[in-house]
Amino acid sequence: METNNNNSFEPKVVAFVCNWCTYAGADLTGTSRIKYAPNVKIIRFPCTGRIDYMLLMKAFANGADGIIVSGCHPNDCHYTSGNFHARRRWMIFRNLCDFIGMDMNRVVFSWVSAAEGAKWAEIVNTTVDTIRQLGPATSFQKLIKNSVFEEVGNE
Amino acid sequence: MERKLLTKDSYKLLISKIISGKYQLVAPVKVDALVDFRRIKSADEITEDYIVTVSSAKSVAFPRNEKLFGFEKNNKKLEQTDFDFDSIPHTVLLGVRPCDAMGFASLTSIFCWDSVDKIYTTRLERTIIIGMSCAKADASCFCTSVKGNPGNTAGNDLLLTKTPDGDYITEIVTEKGAKLVAEFYELFREDKGAEKEPLLANVPEVFELDGILAKINSKFDDEVFWSEQAMRCLGCGACAYVCPTCACFDIQDESHGKTGQRVRCWDSCGLSLFTLHTSGHNPRQNQGQRWRQRLMHKFSYMPDRLNTVGCVGCGRCSRACPVDMNIAEHLKSIIDN
Amino acid sequence: MNNIQQKTKELLESGACTLIIGYEKGTGGKARPVFVRKAEHAAKLIFDESCDQNIAGYLYRQEIKNESKKAIVANNHTLKSIVELASENQIHEGDFMVLAFTAEGEIIELKSFEEIEKHVATLYHGLNDEDKATMQKIEAMTMEERWGFWENEFSKCIKCYACRASCPMCYCPTCTVEINQPQWIPVPSHTLGNLEWHVMRAMHLAGRCITCGQCAKSCPLDLPIHLLTYKVALDSEQYFDSVAGTSVCANNVLATFKTEDHENFIR
Ligand code: SF4
Ligand code: SF4
Ligand code: SF4
Ligand code: SF4
Repeated sequence: METNNNNSFEPKVVAFVCNWCTYAGADLTGTSRIKYAPNVKIIRFPCTGRIDYMLLMKAFANGADGIIVSGCHPNDCHYTSGNFHARRRWMIFRNLCDFIGMDMNRVVFSWVSAAEGAKWAEIVNTTVDTIRQLGPATSFQKLIKNSVFEEVGNE
Repeated sequence: MERKLLTKDSYKLLISKIISGKYQLVAPVKVDALVDFRRIKSADEITEDYIVTVSSAKSVAFPRNEKLFGFEKNNKKLEQTDFDFDSIPHTVLLGVRPCDAMGFASLTSIFCWDSVDKIYTTRLERTIIIGMSCAKADASCFCTSVKGNPGNTAGNDLLLTKTPDGDYITEIVTEKGAKLVAEFYELFREDKGAEKEPLLANVPEVFELDGILAKINSKFDDEVFWSEQAMRCLGCGACAYVCPTCACFDIQDESHGKTGQRVRCWDSCGLSLFTLHTSGHNPRQNQGQRWRQRLMHKFSYMPDRLNTVGCVGCGRCSRACPVDMNIAEHLKSIIDN
Repeated sequence: MNNIQQKTKELLESGACTLIIGYEKGTGGKARPVFVRKAEHAAKLIFDESCDQNIAGYLYRQEIKNESKKAIVANNHTLKSIVELASENQIHEGDFMVLAFTAEGEIIELKSFEEIEKHVATLYHGLNDEDKATMQKIEAMTMEERWGFWENEFSKCIKCYACRASCPMCYCPTCTVEINQPQWIPVPSHTLGNLEWHVMRAMHLAGRCITCGQCAKSCPLDLPIHLLTYKVALDSEQYFDSVAGTSVCANNVLATFKTEDHENFIR
């Protein structure tokens, strides 16, 4: 684990959440006036089943330091089985990413229901804390910066 | 042609002097089990154990991805940064095979056809090509069928031929080459007049070029002929990307947040997407037509319009091809059928 | 004349077949795919250890689908791919004949998908020793070392798509790399875009990769990209008990689920 003591670093965290549970849960966090870290940008999906792993890659490729993926608990999916499909996909994806050396501490998966406003705040806060510890996602940032080689041999 | 001799010790010295001077040096390097061009930092990185490198030398003048300009959005205003010609390095390209060196003429004919591509030409102008004659060849080599040979000087600035003693006969081909020799004159000796021919590989002629040039146009409409040839072709980009004369490219805009760049990157007529229209219509509908394009472009359109053959016989496409589409064999069958 | 030549000659002569998809000796003695239509050309066909290319992908090519009576000379990789393609409804029983070989080298005709399945069940399914060792080597690395290893490999990829083209399971008429509104996978072959490409490709092959290694064998730059799809194949087996290419009626791993699927990382 890379550590980072630079206090000025503000992690950029992207949250991919489903409309029916986690998004509603995050709404409840707000209406319950529970405070949580402002570092997270929420992107709402109809269902976790729609959260393509390539979107996670895109988030990193566009400078995210960390990612949260969250949806309905098993058996609670609005579309019955979207989250079961998603779970399989994440099991495979997470191991593949680990195999290529991506830091899986930067990606948090959770089930947060519409009633779990407090759990959402806790997930966001602990994720932001972890990323703050890990520091910026430098490995991806280096790739973004070098995304064009101008000469042979710079490869 | 003026000749000099470079002893094996001075050869090493020349390399280190080039590296420590104002040039970057690009040369064949062992990359795991393959040999490919890399920018090198020391003479020890260079290998001489290769028929040809996997990739051609073209990326020195035509890199696989090239940023043409950058852009940035600041408070609704778009700012553009133009291509920085000063960023183009002065390069010495070492260990280029005669076929590869000949390939630059084909590339130039395309990049300077009607309008001149300044980025390409500047890159090439700032490159000094030191070729290395071939002492061995393999079953894919056919330079002698397309007017080349293992000791061909055309396209090189200097051409080295290794003697049995490990020294290098140095042929000074161009003004640029002469300048480099003058810059490091103390390293070059008088040539002893050793014969070059016996040191070269024997590459038998596979087909007669004139026969192909005369016949290929009449084959254009023979759909069955092309589709049979291309039966096993998978439609990838391997052959075009490793080819020293393939010049097709795509233009892409890429952005991350507020900044972005326009990039030129390699493309290939073997890929079905290459000719796909927005409407969904594809004028080259099958691999037979795409394979025909590959051969016609090199052996009909380029000779007709640019006065150059689009193939130098390096055989890279055949080696890189996952299904061994041996181009020389297919060309030969044009004459035979 | 060996038995493959004899057998195919008979098939072509009798009119039982009009096209044989098999192997011949190519440049420098390497085996390559060949298409034989005439009995007098059956002598071109070979079958030995050098014929390890997976050629199942030809079966769904339009030009070949159009041929009514065809036979394929299938090595073990090709057989497994046939089973996997059948489970995905890409090829249909009775559309082609399958010529395979027993462990003793005897030529056999496999007459139905069921027979192919049975034959495949007798074959070895694991990785070869070299790949096993490399997988272990990579898994033993630290996270930073693994990233470094793959960053270096991905930097070499020229995005020629020979890996995709040669994989029988990559049959999508429009591949994700061709989706450009917006552009999913960057077109330029920079390391970042190459990383996205290879993660995408591997994910698409989860539960479908039959571990033939054809992608890496086809790569002109020798990228060990087969290890990525092997990784997802091994995980598919470990978590979901699914081995691609073994069952004609298998459900695809990522298109199905079980409520009891077990993970330990979702909070
Ligand atoms: S077409 Fe093939 S043999 Fe000819 S120059 Fe290109 S890569 Fe070399
Ligand atoms: S000839 Fe070979 S390398 Fe070229 S497109 Fe066909 S399969 Fe790919
Ligand atoms: S075959 Fe190799 S170089 Fe070509 S796209 Fe695949 S990994 Fe990249
Ligand atoms: S990479 Fe994915 S989308 Fe592309 S052909 Fe293969 S399976 Fe289809």
